[in-house]
Amino acid sequence: MLDFESEKEMITEENNIDYKSGNIKTEEMVLNMGPQHPSTHGVLRLELELDGEIILNVIPHIGYLHRCFEKHCEAMTYPQVIPYTDRMDYLASMYNEFGYAVAVERLCSIEIPERVEYIRVIMGEFQRIASHLVALGTYGADIGAVTPFLFCFRDREKILSLFEMTCGARLLYNYIWIGGVSHDLHPDFIRLAKEFVTYFKPKIKELNDLLTNNKIFIQRTANVGVMPLETAINYGFTGPNLRASGLKWDLRRDDPYSIYNKFDFDIPIGDGRMGTVGDSWDRYYVRVLEMEQSLKILEQALNQIPEGDVTSAVPKRVKPPVGQIYSRVENPRGELGYFIMSNGTVNPYRIKVRGPSFVNLSALGELCRGHMIADVIAILGSIDIVLGDVDR
Amino acid sequence: MTIYNFLLKLTGSGILASFIQSLLPLFVFILPFALFAVLLERKVSAHMQDRLGPMRVGYHGILQTVADILKLIQKEDITPTDTDKPLFNIAPILVFAGSYAVFAAIPFSSAFIGTNISLGLFYIVAVSSLVVAGILMAGWASNNKYSLLGAMRSAAQIVSYEIPTIMVILTIVMVSGTLNLNTLSEMQTGHFWNWYILGGPGAGLSKFLLIPFMVIGFIIIYTSTLAEVNRTPFDIPEAESELVAGYHTEYSGMKFAMFFLAEYANMFAVSAIVVAIFFGGFQSPIGYLGNTLGIHWLIPIEQFFWFTMKGMFFVFVQMWLRWTLPRLRVDQLMAVCWKYMIPIAFVNLIIIGLITYI
Amino acid sequence: MKQYLGNVINALMTILIGMKVTFKHLFVPAVTIQYPTVKPELPERERNRLYVNMDDCIGCDQCARACPVDCIEIETVKSLPTEDLGKTSNGKRKALWVTKFNIDIGKCCFCQLCVFPCPTECIYMTDVYEFSEYERNNLVYNFITLTPQEVEEKKSNYAKFEEEKAAQKAAAAKKAAEEKAAAAAKKESEEKSASTKPNEETTIAKKDAAGNPQSGEKKEES
Repeated sequence: MLDFESEKEMITEENNIDYKSGNIKTEEMVLNMGPQHPSTHGVLRLELELDGEIILNVIPHIGYLHRCFEKHCEAMTYPQVIPYTDRMDYLASMYNEFGYAVAVERLCSIEIPERVEYIRVIMGEFQRIASHLVALGTYGADIGAVTPFLFCFRDREKILSLFEMTCGARLLYNYIWIGGVSHDLHPDFIRLAKEFVTYFKPKIKELNDLLTNNKIFIQRTANVGVMPLETAINYGFTGPNLRASGLKWDLRRDDPYSIYNKFDFDIPIGDGRMGTVGDSWDRYYVRVLEMEQSLKILEQALNQIPEGDVTSAVPKRVKPPVGQIYSRVENPRGELGYFIMSNGTVNPYRIKVRGPSFVNLSALGELCRGHMIADVIAILGSIDIVLGDVDR
Repeated sequence: MTIYNFLLKLTGSGILASFIQSLLPLFVFILPFALFAVLLERKVSAHMQDRLGPMRVGYHGILQTVADILKLIQKEDITPTDTDKPLFNIAPILVFAGSYAVFAAIPFSSAFIGTNISLGLFYIVAVSSLVVAGILMAGWASNNKYSLLGAMRSAAQIVSYEIPTIMVILTIVMVSGTLNLNTLSEMQTGHFWNWYILGGPGAGLSKFLLIPFMVIGFIIIYTSTLAEVNRTPFDIPEAESELVAGYHTEYSGMKFAMFFLAEYANMFAVSAIVVAIFFGGFQSPIGYLGNTLGIHWLIPIEQFFWFTMKGMFFVFVQMWLRWTLPRLRVDQLMAVCWKYMIPIAFVNLIIIGLITYI
Repeated sequence: MKQYLGNVINALMTILIGMKVTFKHLFVPAVTIQYPTVKPELPERERNRLYVNMDDCIGCDQCARACPVDCIEIETVKSLPTEDLGKTSNGKRKALWVTKFNIDIGKCCFCQLCVFPCPTECIYMTDVYEFSEYERNNLVYNFITLTPQEVEEKKSNYAKFEEEKAAQKAAAAKKAAEEKAAAAAKKESEEKSASTKPNEETTIAKKDAAGNPQSGEKKEES
């Protein structure tokens, strides 16, 4: 967290100014974008080593939001862990619960009804749209365009009111349980959801007019923070960031879970049309296209959803057999993995979470080298991290 | 009959008359305008973003700015330690003076102009550069890395963007032959087809040939003056999401209020210049009510009204641009100025010079 | 050169398109509401402040066990067989006095896990969301309907009852032991007077120091 050793080194380096003739040493400036800053998405401390305005290195200091999730779970029973998984990546709560439920169901070999699968996919895709709206809106606000931020949040309000109608909460749901979901859909849900799908398509076009195709925005983000494909894979990038570098890798297709193999959707990748493949504009645009694909999945799911009982397979006590499992899902931010080790009791022995934002953040130094301070904001916004996921 | 003559008759002393006359723009115009403009910006931005803006103070929030000013006046004036006290205290005054001094040469109506100097435009350009000195002082004296960065960027930006402004002003001077703003406005009498944006007074081939180049000139000067007042897309010095608040981070209370007021006064000043040059100054586009009714003292009031309306419209467009566009990065800002605006302004100048020669 | 002009025209066009979008939004009515005077309509499944209907609570402790943050504290006291606590709304007979039912709403994470296990549906979430307090201690909600004296009374009643029961049990056991001893002695004397058979087994009740009969062991009498 607080790294005092490297700071000591830097201070003494600065004091050794060599004034011999012809050998004036220019010193690097260390700028601290502290934990409280309007554009680091959460409490993140970035230490920038600058040479004038050019960045030599970025060192992120994390841990300001660490809440001991993994240790805490060892004292809970399996169903009681779900409110805690919500709070990790708080902008995509449904998907955290989804990943956890899939992991425990695979461990216990629980069969769940088909209606439950459809509901989970619908909620997951709505959550994906909501999370991408936050990412795009705040990215625009960081770059300077404040209006698309409000438009994105207005649309996100509609999704949140759909969630509120179903389970009663807007952000931290405790909805997807092991073996099922907590409430069945409200009778009006499907009609309102279909209305939302038709309402939202022109809004994506409006967002494109206002922000995506704007020449100033393109100039700020194209060719900035280029991540070549090899480096991306080596760092462990996943999710829209990896797809923007050109690789068609989506866990919904390559390692299918739930019923995603029944739906027909494309996987958008970045093609460098405004600059190079893998720059910030590509990462931004892949998210816009993914929202459209989510709408496609939603249309199919809302039309095909069967009837059934959603709480029939929820077990009274969850007591998995002794064993361990690693299962992964496609979070809006990347690959969210749960490693669960059970010793046969009602409390998990160990849960480890592979947070996508944690891994994506590690590449920040590599991406920012050679750019200017204003670009750090652009690159950080395009990677789309949530500190709850980084620190857990 | 000008206001100066009126005041002279009233008081009998030339000095007192000119003193009162020079205070008039401040109290009659700038302060109420600044109060109004702050509220207008908040309401315009709110309605563009599908929300309501201030609604509680007064009817639909009309008294919001009064509440803001009262709050700022009674705030504690925090001066950080290790600042350069004289520079810290003078900086807001210099910025405000630089913005306000421009109003001396702006023609509000045919009866009122602060000073009728024959070098109106030259004086305006010269005096508005005081703002650069003020900003640099503010940034340096704040003893804060972020403020210093903001101030240096701002100084570079303002100084660079003065060049396209001056080139377009040169264009107009070539076409009209005078630097005096009052005369410029009076040359565009008649109806709106006599305005310079549409070629200027007189008829003939050269007028129609001039139109596209005048439009280009207008776009260039509008954008450059946008950069001079530090508005988006050129508001790197005040970039909220990067440098907290740039060169005025460390100011609180009344000093901050002065920066604030100076920004809005400056906005109106540059809009007024654009209006005076291209859009007919205080002339009305459709003829005067006073003329049709035969009431001659109504005409200066109508002119004042038209001038204010046109100025407000351009201020509104400045606000509209702020809430639509993202921010340019500092090096891109410089690139736009030196690689795009200056060459185009230069070519524009040459072509217009050729056309007027014809 | 062509790219230069293209850049300029592209920039102007996209800026104008953006301005058109924003201008259209000037005339769209606002989507926000003026909160304290106008309150939003909440859906029926809304999860806000918890409420417990003590008439229905049977003191089963399921909600406290289900809570992931341990914000519910329940203590109960068994009731005497003579007392009638009444029935809950769905017909169950209540058998426990609930002497402590605290919910620390400041710790509550509003996850709703306590609502599902309740057999009588007496704990549920209302739609009250404006419940700020000035003191943090005021956020600990106390739901019991007994006064502190009544609580003490119930506890002492139960303690007394237990003592009585224990004493009764002791007396009954002693009596039974004495009777059994008397019966055994009678039987012994009968058998002695009858005939002594070598391999007959008689059970002699063993008595420990307190006089309570212990489980009989077959003892071979020689």
